[in-house]
Amino acid sequence: MRFSSRVKSNLAWLGVMVSGFVIIDGLEVARVINPFIENMLVTIGINVILAVGLNLIIGFAGQFSLGHAGFMAIGAYATGIMTQTMSTPLGFFLSMGVGMVLAMVAAVIVGIPTLRLRGDYLAIATMGAAEIIRILINNLKITNGAAGLFNIPALVSWATVYVLMCVTTLVTVNFIHSRGGRAVMAVREDELAAGAMGINTTRWKLAAFVFGAATAAIGGSLHAAYIQTIAPDDFNIMASIAILIIVVLGGVGSITGTFVAAIVLSVLDTVLQNFGTIRMIIYSLALILIMIFKPTGLLGSWEFSFKRVFSRREVTSHE
Amino acid sequence: MSSVLLDARSLVKNFGGLTAVANVSVHFDQNELVGLIGPNGAGKTTLFNLLTGETPVSSGSISLATDRGVQSLNGRSPAQIAQAGISRTFQNIRLFKELTVLDNVRIAMTNHYREGFLTSILRLPKYYRTEREMTAAAQRLLAIFDLTAVADQPAKNLPYGTQRRLEIVRALATKPKLLFLDEPAAGMNPEETADLTRLIRQIQHDFHITVVLIEHDMSLVMDVCERLYVLEHGGLLATGTPAEIQRDPAVIKAYLGGD
Repeated sequence: MRFSSRVKSNLAWLGVMVSGFVIIDGLEVARVINPFIENMLVTIGINVILAVGLNLIIGFAGQFSLGHAGFMAIGAYATGIMTQTMSTPLGFFLSMGVGMVLAMVAAVIVGIPTLRLRGDYLAIATMGAAEIIRILINNLKITNGAAGLFNIPALVSWATVYVLMCVTTLVTVNFIHSRGGRAVMAVREDELAAGAMGINTTRWKLAAFVFGAATAAIGGSLHAAYIQTIAPDDFNIMASIAILIIVVLGGVGSITGTFVAAIVLSVLDTVLQNFGTIRMIIYSLALILIMIFKPTGLLGSWEFSFKRVFSRREVTSHE
Repeated sequence: MSSVLLDARSLVKNFGGLTAVANVSVHFDQNELVGLIGPNGAGKTTLFNLLTGETPVSSGSISLATDRGVQSLNGRSPAQIAQAGISRTFQNIRLFKELTVLDNVRIAMTNHYREGFLTSILRLPKYYRTEREMTAAAQRLLAIFDLTAVADQPAKNLPYGTQRRLEIVRALATKPKLLFLDEPAAGMNPEETADLTRLIRQIQHDFHITVVLIEHDMSLVMDVCERLYVLEHGGLLATGTPAEIQRDPAVIKAYLGGD
């Protein structure tokens, strides 16, 4: 029996995900991966989760949000607080769920008034919303104020991060390739025309924003449980911008690009730690050079697709 | 005997001190082909925008005969009005430029297919079925209008005349009862205009819908339209068959001047 390119493509992706896991696991067992490298890998994974969600908002729905760290903070604090009393893996996943729901509620509250704004105005409004979240956390007793939370139980291994990264990406990509994803892109392309075609523009913009907030909360939960200490300042405007850099550098509207940029930036950051103080100069210079020579990001809106590879091969074999 | 599809009574639109549409009443019947003409700035596009909900009316009533009886369209959003059965094209083409021709058409079908969030993110069998049905329906529509060859091209790569045609196809994909075409022949050469004339007739005939067009190309208007409304300075100047309008002294004066 011949498989269709759809089945082959799904199997190929499954293969990529499983072999990625097996390779990392093998290197862990062989002690090639020391805690230092593992930390880098986990950072890459969390950054991918955060940036994939932000890319959905910015790249696919076309809404320029600068408040991603705010939703990340909600997830991180939900985990930080809840796992103090429920120090089990189940407790972690429960806290992650609570964080996601809280972040989604916050996104609805923030989104309804702000998503009618465009471009720079929306960016400033979402940035303000994230600051409100941060300052609330800074002043609440349950979050331990500016000192933050420490001794958060280490309930997350690199494997948890890896699996959740795959799940988040799959769900996001599947959404993009559905009726809802196309509606979201229609709003990005031309809001007026989308409305005239019967698409409830407010609803789909909000859907993308809430979806992105939920993925940010996942990233936040993982961050809290892996790093084990969080403070309000971890989620300031610079944190939002760090995620934005990954999205813009990889290519706005390219999930493949987000992966590439998250990996490149994390590796660059790690390698440059040997360079001491000139590290930030080299890092910034790299960013500037990429933006000069490739203003649409490393991959633009190009997307890797096994389906395309397979159907192309079928076409050539017929010729 | 044809029945009234859309009935708009005493529409008024003020932009600050300027009255763009002053007390205009129009009605469009089932399966009718109506033209809306008038000099530049007469309020034709504003009237379209009022009827499609793009701009809210200052006063007046709009009602549409739908499957669920006559409904008032006052205060409805453009999306709700589109769902009720009115679709349109734009004076300056507004396609989803970066998306493919196929996606442009599939997006317009969004409301005719149900596909839950979980269905699509988990890729349940229903997802593949809905996607297949949507794609097949879109392909059929593209085939009717000779766009199959460019289905996978981004809309922005199409030649001008083809973009205009795609915009009409996209509007048809929403399964409207009433289709508004805002200057469909603008920027077209005589050959393209002749194709468009055939296309408009074909749409009215094959899709059994009402078509209303704003147009400056008088040969096209007089050729295809069964009835005309003439607007001037935001008011209704005359209405009647193309032959009647061509003889109407008030219309001749508005177009050619004189005292």
